[in-house]
Amino acid sequence: MPEDPQSSPPNPTRRSFLRSTGETATAAVMAVWAPATSSNAAELSASPTAIVDPSSIPGTVQLTLRINGQDHQLHVDPRTTLLDCIRETVALTGTKKGCDHGQCGACTVHVNGKRVNSCLSLALMHDGNEITTIEGLGTPDALHPMQAAFLACDGYQCGYCTSGQIMSAVALLKEPCGPNEADVKELMSGNICRCGAYTNIVAAIRKVRKNT
Amino acid sequence: MKTFEFIRPANPAAAVANAVQAKTAQQGAEVRFLAGGTTLLDLMKLNVETPAQLLDINRLPFDKIESTPDGGLKIGATVRNSDLAHHPVVKRDYPVLSQAILAGASAQLRNMATTAGNLLQRTRCMYFRDTAMPCNKREPGTGCPAIMGSNHSLAVLGTSEHCIATNPSDMCVAMAALEATIHVQGSKDARVIPMGDFHILPGNTPHRETVLEPGDLITHVTLPLPVAGSKQYYLKLRDRASYEFALASAAVVITIAGGKVTRARIALGGVGTKPWRSPEAEAALVDQAPDEANFRKAAEAALRDAKPQSENGFKIELAKRCLTHALRIAATA
Repeated sequence: MPEDPQSSPPNPTRRSFLRSTGETATAAVMAVWAPATSSNAAELSASPTAIVDPSSIPGTVQLTLRINGQDHQLHVDPRTTLLDCIRETVALTGTKKGCDHGQCGACTVHVNGKRVNSCLSLALMHDGNEITTIEGLGTPDALHPMQAAFLACDGYQCGYCTSGQIMSAVALLKEPCGPNEADVKELMSGNICRCGAYTNIVAAIRKVRKNT
Repeated sequence: MKTFEFIRPANPAAAVANAVQAKTAQQGAEVRFLAGGTTLLDLMKLNVETPAQLLDINRLPFDKIESTPDGGLKIGATVRNSDLAHHPVVKRDYPVLSQAILAGASAQLRNMATTAGNLLQRTRCMYFRDTAMPCNKREPGTGCPAIMGSNHSLAVLGTSEHCIATNPSDMCVAMAALEATIHVQGSKDARVIPMGDFHILPGNTPHRETVLEPGDLITHVTLPLPVAGSKQYYLKLRDRASYEFALASAAVVITIAGGKVTRARIALGGVGTKPWRSPEAEAALVDQAPDEANFRKAAEAALRDAKPQSENGFKIELAKRCLTHALRIAATA
């Protein structure tokens, strides 16, 4: 992500810093924040710039991730979960981190069309896989029918679990699921909603199932 | 999470050759096979597991479900739990296995978790999962705070004064009742391990949970020829309706002919330190009429040696009712 070092202050957000060091751009130039100490105050007065080649950061591993149909060339710490890679390295923040332990479902994405908890998978496991996030499901002008149904049925309150709920619900449409509401609830039990929007979430899914 | 080297072995032999260098395959293993990752990564985030090398086995040729020449079923190590549960042959011939898998975890986790990984699922004991706590399983000799501590969800069967951790798997309970066989490729040879011999009681070595040695790679699980006319059922009881581990569960595979139980295989979950096959219950059922009184007698036999802890005594009666109920549902299906 090229930034003009003259125009932006040398104080990138954590997210933009991680994104810059994660992605290999052909001319990855970024402003590096240096703490102000008396010894380098003189150096700070000239805008500090540095070229950080992500592949030179020790311990990172190369990886190509195909997300929403687009390939991303990345260098990541091997410990990076698929979730953190999606959110922090590739900056697709629609997928949320709820518990980071596979217990809430907020991090649900599709890998080769199947829903998974991205927090319990390593990014490195997924080169060659097709990953779909909420951003890849639909756009504001072309909503996925499930997104439209969640809007029509008011299937959310704070919205934090919502992307995971929608990703789960969309995957459910292609899974063996009985006809009853109890069947839907059972198959959606891996997505927790602290606001308690469950009734409307189930209504949204019912609406889509009826129309498909 | 401690950092690690991520390796993708090109073939099973390479995977074994890498893993055999570890000092142990049990708690503290420096090399771990990585399949679904749903147990391993969970525990690595807690620093309960700290492997220095992860061997990704997801692309090895262990992802098939096939019939065996003797009419049984061969299930690859990396077959996803969801694929196993929904397989038409499993639903038709081994329905207790399908029911057990679908009773566990969530859809997302079932899509990631594998056959071999589920066999190696670790306890949910809160002391084991917290490195600030003493734990004989995680650090031998440090003690078991679960005994006299918070043990609502822990075991009443197979415990020792060193460890009372429950085995949390549903799949394993069904596999115990189905008398599965686990096939392992080791550094020296390939061998088979009956399901009942795979998991070890804690005794005074709770850090050892299975008979696996370094380099041992589970390649597949086989199920024997399905028993014609068997009635099968998996019943899971827990505090929530879904997405929670069992307080008590029962897998039953029974055959009834001429008004008598002619064959019975019974296994319990949620109450044992390993998947709990119950020959006591089986012996109490065979040649008896399939009625409530005999089901209850079998349940009493199954839990005869149960030892309550300070907070989980309720599990003994709960497990008895669970087994009685499961037998009734199976028998009248």
